[in-house]
Amino acid sequence: MSLTEFDADRPPEKPRRRRGDGRRRRRRGLGEIGMGDGSREGAVVEDVEFERADEYGSYYGRPVVKAPPWKAPIAVYLFLGGVAGGSGLLAFGAQCTRRPLLRRNARLVALGTVGLGTVALIEDLGRPERFLNMMRTVKVTSPMSLGTWVVGGFASLSGVLGALEVDRMTGRKLPLGPLRPLLGAAEGPASLGQVVLAPLLASYTGALLGNTIVPTWEAGRGHLSYLFASSASLAAGGAAMVTTPVAEAGPARLLAAAGVAGDVVSMHRMKESMHPLEREPLETGTPGKLLTWAERLAVAGGIGALLGGRSRVVAAASGAALLTASALTRFGVLNAGLESVKDPRRVIEPQKARLAARRAAGITDDSITAGG
Amino acid sequence: MSLLAGEEGPAAQSGWGHDHERKGFFTDTSICIGCKACEVACKEWNRNPIDGNLEILGSSYDNTGALGANTWRHVAFVEQGRERIEEARESGRKLVSLGMPGIGPKSSGARGATPAGDLSQVDRTPPDTPEFRWLMSSDVCKHCTNAGCLDVCPTGAIFRSEFGSVVVQQDVCNGCGTCVSACPFGVIERRDDGTVSPFAVREEEDPRRGTASKCTLCYDRLVDGEEPACSATCPTQSITFGDHPDLAEDAKQRVADLHARGMTEARLYGTNPKDGVGGTGSVFLLLDEPEVYGLPPDPQVPTKSLPKTYARTGLAAAGMVAAVALSFLGARR
Repeated sequence: MSLTEFDADRPPEKPRRRRGDGRRRRRRGLGEIGMGDGSREGAVVEDVEFERADEYGSYYGRPVVKAPPWKAPIAVYLFLGGVAGGSGLLAFGAQCTRRPLLRRNARLVALGTVGLGTVALIEDLGRPERFLNMMRTVKVTSPMSLGTWVVGGFASLSGVLGALEVDRMTGRKLPLGPLRPLLGAAEGPASLGQVVLAPLLASYTGALLGNTIVPTWEAGRGHLSYLFASSASLAAGGAAMVTTPVAEAGPARLLAAAGVAGDVVSMHRMKESMHPLEREPLETGTPGKLLTWAERLAVAGGIGALLGGRSRVVAAASGAALLTASALTRFGVLNAGLESVKDPRRVIEPQKARLAARRAAGITDDSITAGG
Repeated sequence: MSLLAGEEGPAAQSGWGHDHERKGFFTDTSICIGCKACEVACKEWNRNPIDGNLEILGSSYDNTGALGANTWRHVAFVEQGRERIEEARESGRKLVSLGMPGIGPKSSGARGATPAGDLSQVDRTPPDTPEFRWLMSSDVCKHCTNAGCLDVCPTGAIFRSEFGSVVVQQDVCNGCGTCVSACPFGVIERRDDGTVSPFAVREEEDPRRGTASKCTLCYDRLVDGEEPACSATCPTQSITFGDHPDLAEDAKQRVADLHARGMTEARLYGTNPKDGVGGTGSVFLLLDEPEVYGLPPDPQVPTKSLPKTYARTGLAAAGMVAAVALSFLGARR
């Protein structure tokens, strides 16, 4: 029996005759419905509660837009890509300022993270075997397309530089043969290429998430690149602090501290610029918790890097805290976006507000709804 | 419109400029009877699996839920009382007095100017307002002029057909899912559980598994000179298919007729080429605010602000380079 206000308009119904002893019939599985055993026709539908559409400011509270089917591997990729980009920059700086250990470690970290990140990226595709279809085209309107080329280029160059470092570490024992002189000659151009692509690898993911209609990411469009570049800086600094002796890790500590400052500031500015409904997913629930801890760890790691960075133990602990902070930031921002599409008010209210603002400003000709 | 969306720039070249007239749907919800024949015809023709498990959703007669990877036509059902109808009438009347293009006597001024004669004061109250009403509307992919899904597709799997529709090449799509988050209408979706016949023996592999999937405007039928399955089957001509300019003209005529009969709740959705998606290929006549039907009130294609977003990315990258440079300059040995 369903009850709505409209039932008042219907003529009175005769009470239904109950079968047998009036006990409630058991719920039946789909297979039994209808003909069932064939002896009689059963009730096809169980009693259902109906909802009124106008109790919502939307269509039964159902989402208006859809979240991308991106899961944990994408957050892992965002994190690893950031570490790779930052490490690429550190490696180049170390090469220029003759810090061989920092250079070697940063190059190896860059290769490892970009490699794992690419695997995570492919893993999250619906048809991973078609990954290379990304290379069919270059599209400026698609941050994903440009990003794929950046990742691909960065990974290839990192491969060259990583092979070189491994060869050096093992005392030229890699079976490179005649390729060894070629590899040596490629070091200069490869590291130049890497340093060009590195900052883009770290920041393009802001455009990737920003160029969507997912309410929280859309609202953060203007800030996500700053946030992600900062997060990449502190993570790469942290990775170098973990892997490299303190004597050579000075620049990594400074970069990490700068990254923490940028991270905290850009996150707060991003939140301030948002409609309260768009901001809410960043501050509540699991994403809110992740982001709160990300900020705490980042600040702690930054202070540790600046004040205790000359102690190997403190440096490593701070580095680990920074890496964790960056990972939490990426998971938090990704999940906040995925969460934000679930409530249609987060789409409808900000859109109505911006439409009303344009109308108030006298722009009445760009609405999708027209009187005729 | 910005450089990356609109009549200029690379988006303009994405498949426009051919001899065919742009095709589209005009969905007149005022004569939809909610029979769902369009949903059925669509599923049958495109061999789309069911969504869900035959459960009753408890939202009037809508047990389909929403548009998605497997549902390319979705009939919305909304029950409303007198109060809500009066609100809808008022909001529709306001749209006209805002000076939306095209209604009423021709204005001599620029496009979008308030039409000559202030229509907001005209008494168009019908003799009676019904006690309640049922809104039924068959939703579908909008085939936007500036299609977010097409813009962001990194493989080029999504293309603009010669009919002006936006179509996914299932054999090229690698399922990255970017398009899903670029559609301001929540239409396109990745088909993750892909079987053609859910309750039968699942031997048949769905070629669309793991790829993005949405209405193709029945591209396969169009190339054979047929009209799409949904409009062909619609018994009330609520869904009409045809050349886009004609449809837009019909839609404007229809809304003017309804207004003349006092049904000021009628309004058009998607006919304005200046809106956030450059106008849609599928236009709708609605009888209430778009959000009542689950449509966004002010959709904007994300590509519109992409140059600005890229500029931020560039700035962020430059800032990062500067931070690294300063770190190396500032670090003591």
